Amino acid sequence: MIEHFWLPEGISTFSPRIDFLFTLIFWITAVVWALVTIAMIVFMIQYRSRPGRKATYIEGNPRLEVLWTTVTAVILIGLALLSRSTWANIKEQGPPGDVFYKVTAKQFNWEITYPGPDGKLGTADDVTVENEFHVPVNKVVRFQLSSKDVIHSFFVPWIRLKQDAVPGREIHVWFEATKPGQYEIPCAELCGFGHSGMKGTLYVQSEEDFQHWLKDKYSQGK
Amino acid sequence: MSSTPAAAVHAGHAEHHELSFIRKYIFSTDHKMIARQFLFMALFMMSIGGAMAMLMRWELAFPETAVPFMHWVPEPYMYDGAIPPNTYNSMFTMHATIMIFFVIMPILVGCYGNFLIPLMIGARDMAFPVLNMLSFWVGAVAGLIMLASFFVPGGPAAAGWTSYAPLSAVPVYTGVDWGQNLWCISLIVLGISSLMGSINYITTTINMRTKGMTFFRLPLVVWSLFITAILLLLALPVLTTALALLLFDRLAGTHFFLPAGGGEPLLWQHLFWFFGHPEVYIMILPAMGMASEMIATFSRKPIFGYRAMAYAMAAIAFLSWIVWGHHMFQSGMNPALGSGFMLTTMIIGVPSAIKTFNWLGTIYKGNIHYTAAMMNALAFVAMFVIGGLSGIFMACTPVDMFIHDTYFIVAHIHYVLFGGSLFAFFGAIIYWFPKMFGRMMNETLAKIHFWITFIAFNCTFFPMHILGMNGHMRRIYNPLQYDFLKPIQPINVFISISAFVLGAAQFLLLANIIWSLAKGKKAEDNPWRANTLEWTTPTPPPHGNWDGPLPVVYHGPYEYSSPLTAEDYLPQNVELPARAAVAH
Repeated sequence: MIEHFWLPEGISTFSPRIDFLFTLIFWITAVVWALVTIAMIVFMIQYRSRPGRKATYIEGNPRLEVLWTTVTAVILIGLALLSRSTWANIKEQGPPGDVFYKVTAKQFNWEITYPGPDGKLGTADDVTVENEFHVPVNKVVRFQLSSKDVIHSFFVPWIRLKQDAVPGREIHVWFEATKPGQYEIPCAELCGFGHSGMKGTLYVQSEEDFQHWLKDKYSQGK
Repeated sequence: MSSTPAAAVHAGHAEHHELSFIRKYIFSTDHKMIARQFLFMALFMMSIGGAMAMLMRWELAFPETAVPFMHWVPEPYMYDGAIPPNTYNSMFTMHATIMIFFVIMPILVGCYGNFLIPLMIGARDMAFPVLNMLSFWVGAVAGLIMLASFFVPGGPAAAGWTSYAPLSAVPVYTGVDWGQNLWCISLIVLGISSLMGSINYITTTINMRTKGMTFFRLPLVVWSLFITAILLLLALPVLTTALALLLFDRLAGTHFFLPAGGGEPLLWQHLFWFFGHPEVYIMILPAMGMASEMIATFSRKPIFGYRAMAYAMAAIAFLSWIVWGHHMFQSGMNPALGSGFMLTTMIIGVPSAIKTFNWLGTIYKGNIHYTAAMMNALAFVAMFVIGGLSGIFMACTPVDMFIHDTYFIVAHIHYVLFGGSLFAFFGAIIYWFPKMFGRMMNETLAKIHFWITFIAFNCTFFPMHILGMNGHMRRIYNPLQYDFLKPIQPINVFISISAFVLGAAQFLLLANIIWSLAKGKKAEDNPWRANTLEWTTPTPPPHGNWDGPLPVVYHGPYEYSSPLTAEDYLPQNVELPARAAVAH
């Protein structure tokens, strides 16, 4: 159980950067929490009411107030600036893609469209599979995410990726998985009575296995 | 002060004949009676919202098994006691809707806003007493409409309290038809009620302060309610608009939120959260104000940095209008906007931190009396710190990518809304009970309630952070459908057992309220030896609040343990002899 008291293993190129920010915020908040709570408990014990005691009349301390306001502001704004580049890299531009897909959500499945033997999406030989997302390891995967009905959310915890799928929009998403294996793709946004249980599987495979699987799939499709 | 003529008119009214039962207890225009009506409505609704939380926790700990004692619920809502997915969706939707709109808002704003503003500023009633009465009764109608939605075919709304379109906009997507319509109508009606209340609070606070009650002599809770009323006035119409558009989409064939007809699903989210984030502060600012009163009174010390506390609340209120996008980082909104909202969200943490440090400064070198009210107020601070700090995780956009829509968020909102707002309420009900009902609450029972609630609360909500860190999604009804959630199911069981204890402990509160109403010790006029004006009235205060002329205010509300006085408090209406000598 104790191994579950932290983030699950990260298996994408950007997961270490997200985990770094999580860990940083964890330590900042843990220290602040400990200091505030210890101060509070010490004050609560030391200044408890006893016969004959009177409180000290203090209305405030402007210098102290300016100090803690400034320190808090610097830490928080610093965190925002530090997070900015990671966010831009994941959601704004990102590297050029190696393999391309279309992922369409619908109540209550993920439709994964592969480009077919011609390597191009949007042509007649595209192959669409439900809930099975096969990708090669160490390759930049890019896909257009959309939805046929309501809003869903594409979530792979180990990739640290979450992106809503919105009907009427095509959202460009990328990731690069670094470890082969099978990973669940739950839907993270409430999408109706079948929301619980809506899931696909991400198969991260070696280049050979991936090509092998593709060939099989494409030959079935004919 | 310009309020004198109006006050004289009210004083005239106060000495009128005895009111009939209906005018006194049902269609009352007395702000104190309306406050009690809001309180009892909220307590009733809290029992419904709480019961649904218990059912959800059963489902999450023991998925798809029959809930004990629930075999009587007819199909298709339950199957021999087992909860089907759509009922589960309805439960979390209605749990949140009821707790937010019919429990926390009526308690903080409806009950304590009504009760405290006139009493604390030295007014005989609200500026518009009839509007005040209407505000409650319109709110009660909204509550009835919301409860009625449980009994229509298809059941109540099941699209979450956020009701994201298109899920909420097309009946076939949820299988809920009139339940969702009634949900919209109920909240539109409730918006009218809130609007009437907020106009009243703003007008009363500006115009009806007694002689000497300047803005910077207002108790912080009045500041918080005044600022909250402004937020309500500006935020609620946005929700009303969004709900009207949603209703048009559902009933009139429009496509505001439906892409098939050129609509935009994200428009709903922008409108909803433009209301929704100020709403979050509507639910915490009055709690901050109430906690400030209790902490100063029981520390026997002035609030540390009174002006900074007032300015911090104003800053929070202002910033609350420009942070709504942090609910939408993963929504498909332009990611560049996400960076801007991350910055504003981090900045709103600053005034929140100022408030925390000032509460610590207030107990520092105090003379702390551990009454049950004070214990709850201190718990409010401690829990608000945790809720505030966990907010930094989700303000950080890349981290939010992982924890968004997980139990980390559920933990956060409950630390703020239960750990924050409700603990402040648990304190407030004990603190103001003597003035409200003329009797003291049972202190021992209140302390037992506090300790069980405090421990069970933390056992319930703290482990939810760990669930969230494992990627456990919100709003799923059976975690065992996912292989990666199976190993952490014991945490869900632990949480549920804690939640049952937490739920059961609330019967102690209920018992204490009922017992104290009937048998509680008769209260003195000022049992806590506090400074603010409500304690200068007879207990309980008559219609018109003060028997004689209105009190005159000579100084701020937190003159505790002043070196100039022999006693450790100095009511706002008592002129200090030394100062009086200088003045004359």
